[in-house]
Amino acid sequence: MVDETASTLIRPPPAGHGDAAAIASNAAAVVAAPGPRPRRGFAAGGTAIEAVLVPAGALILSLLLFGVFVACAGVNPLAVYRYMVEGSVGSWFSVQNTLTRAAPLLLTGLCTALPAQAGLMIIGNEGAFVMGGLAAAMAGVALHGAPAPLALAAMTLAGTAAGAVWIAFAGGLRHWRGVNETISSLLLNYIAIAILNQLVEGPFRDPRSLNKPSSPSIGYDHMIDSIPGTEIHWGLVVGIVVCIAAYVLIRHTTIGFATRIAGGNLRAARMVGLPIGWLVMLTCALGGAAAGLAGMIELAAVQERASADLVTGYGYTGILVAFLARQNPLAIIPVAMLLGGIGASGGLLQRHLGLPDAATVVLQGIIFVMILASDAVYGRLPWFKRADAAA
Amino acid sequence: MTEQTISRRRVLGGVALGAGAALGATLPLRPAFAATTIVGFIYVGPHDDFGYNQAHAQGAAAVKKMASVKVLEEENVPEDVAVTKTMESMIEQDAASLLFPTSFGYFNPYILREAPKFPKVRFEHCGGLWTPKDPKNIGSYFGYIFEAQHVNGIVAGFTSKSGKLGFVAAKPIPQVLQNINAFTLGARLINPKATTRVIFTGDWSMPVKEAEAANSLIDQGVDVVTMHVDSPKVVVQTAAKRGASVCGYHCSQAALAPEAYLTGAEWNWTDLYPKFVTMWMKGEPLPNFYRGGFKEGLIKQSPYGPRVSEAARKKADAVKAALTAGKYVIFKGPIHDNTGKIVVASGQELIQSNATDAKLEEMNFLVNGVLGALPS
Repeated sequence: MVDETASTLIRPPPAGHGDAAAIASNAAAVVAAPGPRPRRGFAAGGTAIEAVLVPAGALILSLLLFGVFVACAGVNPLAVYRYMVEGSVGSWFSVQNTLTRAAPLLLTGLCTALPAQAGLMIIGNEGAFVMGGLAAAMAGVALHGAPAPLALAAMTLAGTAAGAVWIAFAGGLRHWRGVNETISSLLLNYIAIAILNQLVEGPFRDPRSLNKPSSPSIGYDHMIDSIPGTEIHWGLVVGIVVCIAAYVLIRHTTIGFATRIAGGNLRAARMVGLPIGWLVMLTCALGGAAAGLAGMIELAAVQERASADLVTGYGYTGILVAFLARQNPLAIIPVAMLLGGIGASGGLLQRHLGLPDAATVVLQGIIFVMILASDAVYGRLPWFKRADAAA
Repeated sequence: MTEQTISRRRVLGGVALGAGAALGATLPLRPAFAATTIVGFIYVGPHDDFGYNQAHAQGAAAVKKMASVKVLEEENVPEDVAVTKTMESMIEQDAASLLFPTSFGYFNPYILREAPKFPKVRFEHCGGLWTPKDPKNIGSYFGYIFEAQHVNGIVAGFTSKSGKLGFVAAKPIPQVLQNINAFTLGARLINPKATTRVIFTGDWSMPVKEAEAANSLIDQGVDVVTMHVDSPKVVVQTAAKRGASVCGYHCSQAALAPEAYLTGAEWNWTDLYPKFVTMWMKGEPLPNFYRGGFKEGLIKQSPYGPRVSEAARKKADAVKAALTAGKYVIFKGPIHDNTGKIVVASGQELIQSNATDAKLEEMNFLVNGVLGALPS
């Protein structure tokens, strides 16, 4: 996706502004330059049915391959499928289990998907998640005696701001210093985890947390509640709303349009005078804010105090979610639920069939490869071509 | 949409329905667990890690051998909402009545929040964290495993030629400091000039850093290494490869290094878990808080390896016997820390018993003979 590399990003604007000949030759260069591979499905044409059936087909193929894999391990694939259905959607308990696990992935997925619109490949989701949780814990502990709405608002603000700054930093390094944002955001994960450990084992430690260094509690009354009638916390609703908002921003606003131009063809965007730096920083900050919000919700709905446990892995799974959703914020919703369901059914596979935990990781890996490979069939299946022509 | 596409979709739907029906028909219904007691074990890491989790899995394996018991196991369950869901799933989907969520960090807030929801289920947690204000259907147990590290130290003191010992540690928390100090005090009983160089890796499972730490210690002349990390595998293998000797931790790693393995400090869950399960099945009350060492049968010592001398075996066995009889206190004043300050006054004893000693629980010093410093 990042076809235009850092060198073009830091290149100064074309020389000879106002010189008609220069502009013309530059424009010719833009047209002649091989642009990024056209993105099919979500970004460009392709029927809606194709966009649903191709990934669905990849998914079914993945499940069949996984069946072969477990059969090689001496386990009946039919039993595996049955427990997967039972564990993910087979009962009200299972559905809640799936949705609870999906909730943070909705937001961490956006941390990769939003900057991807501007052509950046950010994988610092885990770091933004951790920084969001840590900042929220600090705000929550500081406002321990304050009214709950005030404390929650401050925690939300602190969490999103911390995540936004964290990823915007990687975006800024890319835009102004030409540092590869994939590498820098990955390394920022380790820095975030180190900061978390340093603080909860040092100045931010509750002295009573003897053998498990943790921050003080934000207070049970300041925690986010469950959705009435369920055991799922409100993070699920927040995640879905934010995903829809992100979709609207990218698909139905001028800012989103400008961002997609910058992501699609950087030189063309520069030629029409789009504020590239601003767009890069904005999408990075929004993506980081989403992951930071996920960290804040993890702290305020689940963990109650900051500790090394904030390093949950939801950030890394978010990268997988974004790729499976093909960077489409709306598609993140079903994909997060799919991965939540796989996680929820993993327990039953372990307990009843003796499969190791790694089996679910194998399944995730197979799905990942199959979905990426299925990109190649878009626009090549004869049925859809005819449907396209008929429409 | 064309008609063609819709009909195809219908066909696909029909196929899916048919497959679902076939699936349901081919499999037997879930067996009923009416007469059996269902016990769930939850591990934070892999069940075969040669360390903390394997020790618990060995306990679960001992429970599996009991009659009328069905054991459920789930590994790699992180300390977040995942453990909540695993506990609920074991209770609601598998009808478990006794759970062993074995990671220290599962207790607060996860077990504390689940226990009131399921008052008929018993939660047995490893960590010794229960206090009287906590729900009564929780038990929390823990062992004074530093007693076995003290015996490790004695064997190391006999075996080391350089008098330089090494300790690869995760975090500078009280449990880890107890082990480092007890090991060093044991070694210095035999060789008063012995020193223990300690390296903190910063977290419980850092295989690369652990290997670097072991290599670095051996480069500095250390010839016996021990550790307190979740999986001692890497340290044991690295030490053996470099020709050093090693004392194990959590469970026996003798199989990884039959020559270099001297002895090890092990949990004795293979004894405790069947005991707890039997009590639960008979309806006897289980303790809410249970602490102890060799005397209470919570810990054990690995069999001695080929490099352990006769004299070392004799002395180590004698100390172990005294500990088992409850007649031996490891942290007995006067004890100086490694900056020269007196930390346990003359005549003061930090006794390892069910009535926990606050100074022992909050240990925040390194004894004289330990080379290393704590973050201030």
